[in-house]
Amino acid sequence: MGAAASKLIMEREIMKKLLVLGGGTAGSIIVNKLHKKLRSDEWSITIVDKNNSHLYQPGLLFLPFGSYKAEELVKRRDSFFPKGVTYIEAEIDVVEPEKNSVKLMSGRVLEYDQLVIATGATPRPDQTPGLEDPEIWYKSAFDFFTLEGSKALAKAFESWPGGRLVIHITEMPIKCPVAPLEFAFLADAFFEKRNMRDKVEIVYVTPLEGAFTKPVSSEKLGYMLNNRKITLEPDFIIEHVDPITKTLVSMDEREIHFDLLVTVPVNMGQDFIARSGLGNELNYVPVDKETFLSKRYSNIFALGDASDIPASKAGSVAHFAVDMFVDNFVEHIEGRKMNELFDGHANCFIESGHGKGLLIDFNYTVEPLTGKFPIPVIGPLPLLKESHLNHWGKLAFRWIYWNMLIRGRKIPISSRMSMAGKSQDSTK
Amino acid sequence: MPIIEIAGRQVNVNEEGFLTEYDEWSEEIAKALAAQIEIDLTDEHWKAIKFLREDYKTEGETATSRRVQTVGGISVKEQFALFPKKPSKKMAYIAGLPKPKGCV
Repeated sequence: MGAAASKLIMEREIMKKLLVLGGGTAGSIIVNKLHKKLRSDEWSITIVDKNNSHLYQPGLLFLPFGSYKAEELVKRRDSFFPKGVTYIEAEIDVVEPEKNSVKLMSGRVLEYDQLVIATGATPRPDQTPGLEDPEIWYKSAFDFFTLEGSKALAKAFESWPGGRLVIHITEMPIKCPVAPLEFAFLADAFFEKRNMRDKVEIVYVTPLEGAFTKPVSSEKLGYMLNNRKITLEPDFIIEHVDPITKTLVSMDEREIHFDLLVTVPVNMGQDFIARSGLGNELNYVPVDKETFLSKRYSNIFALGDASDIPASKAGSVAHFAVDMFVDNFVEHIEGRKMNELFDGHANCFIESGHGKGLLIDFNYTVEPLTGKFPIPVIGPLPLLKESHLNHWGKLAFRWIYWNMLIRGRKIPISSRMSMAGKSQDSTK
Repeated sequence: MPIIEIAGRQVNVNEEGFLTEYDEWSEEIAKALAAQIEIDLTDEHWKAIKFLREDYKTEGETATSRRVQTVGGISVKEQFALFPKKPSKKMAYIAGLPKPKGCV
C-alpha cells in the first residue's frame, strides 16, 4: 500500500462524522454554517432527506389566492448545500442511539459521532376520523400546509359559488400558528375583490380560547376577525368529521356544518422518530429548550419543527435557533459548556389582506407587543399593527429566504429578542 | 401575584386563579378548587389529576389533553365527560398546575 493510500485510510478512521437528518430550513442553515466552522480535515458532514425538493412553506398560504404559482415555491434541495457536504436522498428507517447509527429504508447504515434531527413536522389528516374520506378530501375539505392541498384549494376557489367557509385548527402546536388567521383575513379580502363576500360566510374554528394564544395579540387579532365579520368558534376540540353531512363534530358534541373546509390537521414529527423511541406523544424530540440537546443522549440534537421546544414552529424560530446552536455545537464537541442560550425568539409577518400586514416579535417570556421593530435600511416596522410596509416585508422575505437565509448568510435581525421599540404599556 | 386562602391554607395564585407553587397543593385544596368549578371529584377524576401531578414532576410542563390520553390512558372524550367544556384547563386548575401551553 502506498503512503498516500494509508494516509487516506488513517484520515477516514479519525475523521468524525456529523449526520444531519432533514434538509429543510433548519437542516440547510446548519450544514451551511457548520461547513464553515468545522475543520474539513476533522469532520465530514452528511445530510439526508427523502426528496430533493425544498419547499418555501410560507408561500403555501398565498397559492390558493393566486398570488404565487406553485413552481415559484420549489427549488432543488442540493443546490443549497455547500461543496464538501454529502447529500443522500433516502427514507429513514430508524435511529439506533446505542449504536450511534441511522438505518435507512434501503438497509444502508450511516454512522455518526454527532446527530442532528431536523426532519420537521407534517400535517396528519389521517389522525382525524372522516377527514380523508374520498367524499370530501380535496373536493370540499382541504389543507393548505402541503403543496398538493394548497394547489387543490386554489382550483376549488376558482369555481366556488360561495356558502359557508370553515377555517379550522385541529390541535396545537401547528406550523406557523398565525397562518390560519392570515388565511381567514386573505379569504375575506379575496372574496370581497371577487364581489362575492356577501355570498360567503366565514367561520374560524379553533381549539384555543380566543383568536391567538397570548393576551395582547389575541385581543387585537380577535378584533380584526370581528371587524371582517368572521365568526370565531373557540374551544372546539374535534372528534370527527361527518363526510356525508359535511359537519365537524367536537368532543362535547357541538356540530359545525361546512360547504368548504380549510383545515389544519394535527401536526406531528416523523414516524421514524417514534420507531426510534426518541419522540414524545406527537413524535417531537424532547430537548433542552435553550441548547436543543436531547434530554437523553449527549450526541443528539433536534432543531426546527422536529423538537419539542415551547416556541412557534416557524422558519424564523429555526433560523434564530440555528444561529445559537452552531456556536454551541463547536463548544460541545470540544467538551466545553454551551453558553449561547436560546430565548425562544420568533418574528412573524401576519398578512391581513388588502396589501397590508402586521409584524409580531416575541420569545419564551415576552408576548407579542405593540410598538416599533427596529431594522436597518427598511425599518422601523410597526408591531402588531396593520401596514403596507409589513406586507412588502413579507413578500421581500421570499428572496431573502432563497438567497440568504438557507444559505447561512447573515441577516440583520438579532437572534435574541430585543425590547427596543416595544411598548410595555400594551400588556396593561 | 395574589395570595388567597383555599381550604384554610394561604396559597399563591396567578390572575386567573391557578396555583403558582407546585408544593402548595394538597388533596384538600384540590377538592376546594373542584368545588369552585362545580366538579365532584370521583376516582376517575383523581386518576387524571394524579397523572398530571406526577407527569409535571418529571416533565416540568403541564400535560396536554393528548398526553393525558396517550401517556395517562384517559381518552380525550373521557376527559370531556369528567371536566366538561374545557378539560385541559380544568384539570390543570384542580391539579394546581399552570395552564397547559396550547401554543406559542
